[in-house]
Amino acid sequence: MTALPAPTADQIWVWIKAWLVIHTPAPFQALVSIVCIVAAIIVVFASLFALTVLLERKGLGRIQNRYGPNRVGPCGILQPIADAVKSLTKEDIVPRSADHVVHYLAPLVLVAASFLAYAVLPIGRNMTAVNLDAGVLFFFAIGAASELAVFMAGWSSRNKYSLLGAMRAIAQMVSYEVPLILSSIAVVMIAGTLSTSAIVHEQARTTHGIAHWYAFTPWGLAGFILFMIAATAVTNRSPFDLPEGESEIIAGYFIEYSGFKFALFFLAEYLEMFAVSGLGITLFLGGWSSPVSFLAWIPSWIWFFAKLLVLICCFIWVRGTLPRLRMDQLMNFAWKFMLPMTLFVILSAGIWRFLPVTVAGSAALGAVVRWLVCALVVLLPYGTLARTLESGRKIEKREYRFAD
Amino acid sequence: MFGEGILQGLYETAKNFFGSYVEKDRLVTVQFPEERRDLPEATRQFPFLLYDGNDPEAGLRCVSCQICEKECPPQCIHIEKSKDKKPDFVGKPQFYPAVFNIDVSTCMSCQICVEVCPFDAIRMDNEFELSTSNRFAGLLYTKRELAKSNDYYRKIHPTEAAECDERRDKEAEAAKAKAAAAAVAAAKAAQAAEQQTPPAASTPAASASSAANGAAPKPAEQPAEKKPVTQ
Repeated sequence: MTALPAPTADQIWVWIKAWLVIHTPAPFQALVSIVCIVAAIIVVFASLFALTVLLERKGLGRIQNRYGPNRVGPCGILQPIADAVKSLTKEDIVPRSADHVVHYLAPLVLVAASFLAYAVLPIGRNMTAVNLDAGVLFFFAIGAASELAVFMAGWSSRNKYSLLGAMRAIAQMVSYEVPLILSSIAVVMIAGTLSTSAIVHEQARTTHGIAHWYAFTPWGLAGFILFMIAATAVTNRSPFDLPEGESEIIAGYFIEYSGFKFALFFLAEYLEMFAVSGLGITLFLGGWSSPVSFLAWIPSWIWFFAKLLVLICCFIWVRGTLPRLRMDQLMNFAWKFMLPMTLFVILSAGIWRFLPVTVAGSAALGAVVRWLVCALVVLLPYGTLARTLESGRKIEKREYRFAD
Repeated sequence: MFGEGILQGLYETAKNFFGSYVEKDRLVTVQFPEERRDLPEATRQFPFLLYDGNDPEAGLRCVSCQICEKECPPQCIHIEKSKDKKPDFVGKPQFYPAVFNIDVSTCMSCQICVEVCPFDAIRMDNEFELSTSNRFAGLLYTKRELAKSNDYYRKIHPTEAAECDERRDKEAEAAKAKAAAAAVAAAKAAQAAEQQTPPAASTPAASASSAANGAAPKPAEQPAEKKPVTQ
């Protein structure tokens, strides 16, 4: 921390932080360094939250052939500010029979856990807050803490809907964390490290001008898709938003929250979405690296946020398209489809690792063989699973035992 | 089976998303305060009182018969009858409402008052922006706020107003013809009477004074023979 890095566009933020640290007295250097990083993460991702909420409302509106918010400011761009003012000025109601302490703590724990996950995300070259050797493990451990917060909220509210929502949330998050972790295990196997920055460095290497992103391999692509599906479920986003299911259980686990605590839940949900998308980018889309070497002049942090925005748009797109699943469909999908598929992705990654790079002295032939074999290892089970799961399904008139 | 339905759905939503920027007719939302859609002719919101001519006091059609007050299901109409009378469109002297209040907050826009009114005096307005900052006095509409001209009625409900005008014109003509016939008969009677008693009530001025004398046993008939001159 003594030597300043070169103040290039790529390293500008690293440079600013190092400059600030150098110009503080020695006893406070560690503190200033921590405050800089934490403040940067909070400010950047909270503003990204505001931007995403606007994008989401606008995007969903356009998908449904509506305008979306267009009243506050030009084209409604100040809508997030209006929303923030609204949620800050609303009354904070705590149910009389609620467990006040837990009820108060739940949103804080949730937001804290969501922010902690950013500690290991490399959002640019040399821009990982804490470069842990077991970064991926840390990320999932922190992700599991959010389940605790969700259950705290659901339980302490003393409301049947919030409890139902919390139970759904736990069932769903636990079920989908299995494929989420298994699909990232494939990456960890190939990269040979749990450190997020090392995984990105591994993918930033280029051959013939093309980066070694894991999403460019058959197992990586399949793993990425499975990872993103599981990520959608883990962050309770549509079509996996059963814990919130407005039509059945009103708002799920945060039904008894109002005012700014509600906004914190909302914030935490989006922060989790960014964090898990960020991890997806780190594991499969090369983190801050550019896909082709001639675009490497674009600063690394711009690459990261560009990828993040693309993934956010995909989330919004999916939300605007798919209806909510039923609980049994959700569980069946997790255990009967996602879990076997991630296991095959791991198998495919293993085969990829041990197949020779050159076949009969030709690298091109080797690449083709590798691609075909690994793609088949993923695609064959996919076809078989799709067929068998479909064949077992009976479509018949439903018998209503309690209605009519 | 392989998730092609999901892809199809994604294609559909993407088409909507990009289409909404290109094809303007996809966006059906009317941006309300700035853009307004023409209201259908049959729109009805809240009753108003009709008046003929330019003076809302003199031309008010309401004769204070209080049928609407009695029929109103939520009882939002309050009428106080006048002590004196004023001539109506055919010249008959009629009572008029000294007070005519409708409570907007209670009115349920059922239109029953309009249907029971035998004098075409009350009609439904299409004004719907009735919000006010005063929830008591601001929501109680008095005669002055309720009175609207027949021209306004013609503008908001043209078909209905034309039908109403036609009927009233006929009524007025019939009344005029009847009055003319009565005048002729009266003139003849007067001629016959003149031979006996010269100073008779044949001029309009005299008839007005006789009407003003008021307490005639048959007030509806007497002026009807002489008033057509003012119509």
